[in-house]
Amino acid sequence: MNSKMSDRRAFLKRSAALAGLAAGAIPFARGKALASVTPGLIIGEGDAKIGISAEEPDMDDLLYGGRSSYEKTIRIHSINSPEGLRTLTPLQDSIGFVTPSPFHFLVQGDKHIPNINPAEHTLIIHGMVDRPTVFTMDDIKRLPSVSEVHWIECTGNSGLMHYRMLLGNKKAGRTDVSVIQGMHGRLSCSEWTGVRLSTLLNLVGVQKGASWVIAEAGDSIHHAKSIPLAKATDDAMLAYGQNGEAIRREQGYPLRLHTPGFQGVCNVKFLRSLKVTDGAYYMQREISAYTNTKPNGMSSWFESQQGPKSLITFPSDAHKVSGAGTYEISGIAWCGRGKIARVEVTVDAGKTWHDARLQQPVFSKAWTRFRTGWNWDGSETTIASRCTNEYGEVQSTWEGLAKLWGDDFTPPISASEMEKWWASAPIAQFLNNPIQLWKVRSNGSVQDALYNKLLPNEYYPI
Amino acid sequence: MRSTTSCCRMSITRSKFAFLLPVMVLLACGAAMAQSPAYKVGRPPTAEELRTWNNLVGPKGEELPIGSGTAAQGAPIFNAKCAICHGKDGQGGVPTEFGASYPRLVGGVGSLNTPKPVFTPGSRMPYATTLFDYIQRAMPVWPMPRDLTPDNVYALTAFILYKNGIIKETDAMNKNSLVEVQMPNRHGFYPDPPQSEPNDKDGTWLPLWEHGPEWKPTTKPGEKWYGPPVAAPR
Repeated sequence: MNSKMSDRRAFLKRSAALAGLAAGAIPFARGKALASVTPGLIIGEGDAKIGISAEEPDMDDLLYGGRSSYEKTIRIHSINSPEGLRTLTPLQDSIGFVTPSPFHFLVQGDKHIPNINPAEHTLIIHGMVDRPTVFTMDDIKRLPSVSEVHWIECTGNSGLMHYRMLLGNKKAGRTDVSVIQGMHGRLSCSEWTGVRLSTLLNLVGVQKGASWVIAEAGDSIHHAKSIPLAKATDDAMLAYGQNGEAIRREQGYPLRLHTPGFQGVCNVKFLRSLKVTDGAYYMQREISAYTNTKPNGMSSWFESQQGPKSLITFPSDAHKVSGAGTYEISGIAWCGRGKIARVEVTVDAGKTWHDARLQQPVFSKAWTRFRTGWNWDGSETTIASRCTNEYGEVQSTWEGLAKLWGDDFTPPISASEMEKWWASAPIAQFLNNPIQLWKVRSNGSVQDALYNKLLPNEYYPI
Repeated sequence: MRSTTSCCRMSITRSKFAFLLPVMVLLACGAAMAQSPAYKVGRPPTAEELRTWNNLVGPKGEELPIGSGTAAQGAPIFNAKCAICHGKDGQGGVPTEFGASYPRLVGGVGSLNTPKPVFTPGSRMPYATTLFDYIQRAMPVWPMPRDLTPDNVYALTAFILYKNGIIKETDAMNKNSLVEVQMPNRHGFYPDPPQSEPNDKDGTWLPLWEHGPEWKPTTKPGEKWYGPPVAAPR
């Protein structure tokens, strides 16, 4: 202990001496630097340097931690929507079941992200309520809070229409898009902290005959979404915390609606208004988008819950396996209701399946990390995962999904017709949860074996 | 039609409260814990605030502002503020990077049941209020100035409806006429939007707060499923 401490003191002394030499001046005046590192103040150049070289972190980095300069994982831009901002989560590098806030995907309907002063932000609850009320952020933070781990996924995540765009991106020379991030990256999982919406609804008194809540954002397009009152009074939450700190600006700071198990579009950011009504409001984003159009022109709407879904994140098409030997296959599973009960993995193109280990504890409507050992003999094979939730509902193959969705229609649409429709029509394909196949080639490269098969190198604009 | 959604009537709270009954009895015994905490938070909105915030327009059009506009009045506004993205007369085709294009607003009526459906407000929206509402609260997009007056929004709505062959060029859209517009795709969606059933006997909503640790909010089979079909248990 003593020797360690003296080592450290010596090191600090040497550091200071070196730093003094390097900068030609006292590199930092502790008191001054600390005093100036207060929120909102910009530190003058050189003021806060504690380092002895460019490799050392400066004071800013230490006060709000950065990561090692060797870590390069980032979100990527998706340019499949002309109107808004989209950044995608780097699932290929995900670890455990929480997405760090800076990796959390972003879908913003326009190109502007508000920067709201929480001291000025208010939430109004009005409509069919006994006591219309304006709440400040201070008001909301006085109410009983909950913290829960839940995923948020964009409704269009994994939809075939993104693959057309992905191919278009590649054709245009983009090299940073992979299938795992480009197709599935509208998906993240965080610990959310906030107040149950039911707590506030109780305070304002929901009137007889009410059935929906229309949530409105304070962003520049005022994103709005109808939420069934049954959901609003169940586990919906007004979240102000994400992963142990305030939610990120682009995630809706200072307050967002969070609807566990419901798709991303329901999680209205920058929440400023909740109107209780007796019916849905048929907002643009529950009509022109986020509805599933079928071959006969009918569209299903107000679908929000994701069926059981899983994805191997390693190895995936962002990786190269470095030769025969032992690896850990790892991935995530999630579902719109209940807990994930089981994840099975195949390493022989579906001939045999075996159970993967599930990271504990398993939370309801949260990512469940699964892991399993894999002894790869170096020959070409296809790997995949499928999950089952606690109610026994199981993730389907692409073909199974086509049958399931076709059978749901009156009169039924054949699976092949459904597949043809998905592949050829300029439609969005929402709430898609097929088994993702990865082909591992003998040279160790990994390729998507799902979308690639459905739309081989096809690209046309939609 | 939908096997997974045609389950029993939803009664989340009834069942929960039945489950909580012993807990409630226990709580009633402890005088200090028997009362719900009265959080004195929030304030009533002013009349002005209520007017301002009540801006989302539902299908009944109750929130529509005073004003009026025709397609003829809308045409020059469209050319000045909208055509830059949505194309001349809303025909779309304005390209973005990588082959995408900005939304087309006109045409496609009758195309939804063909192999190449064309999605526009005219072919798609079940209510004209959806169109009005979106223009009013979201258009034009940042960083263009948001300076449309209610008359402008009525006129632009009329212009897009007219170009889709839904109303006449001289039809004035206003608080009354807009909700009367019959959209071609009025019945193009299914199932009926889910109505949440009140969870108390007299038709009111019971407070679900202060649930205590036993309360586990989750959707279980048998309750309403708000999603596409999922594979049944094996």
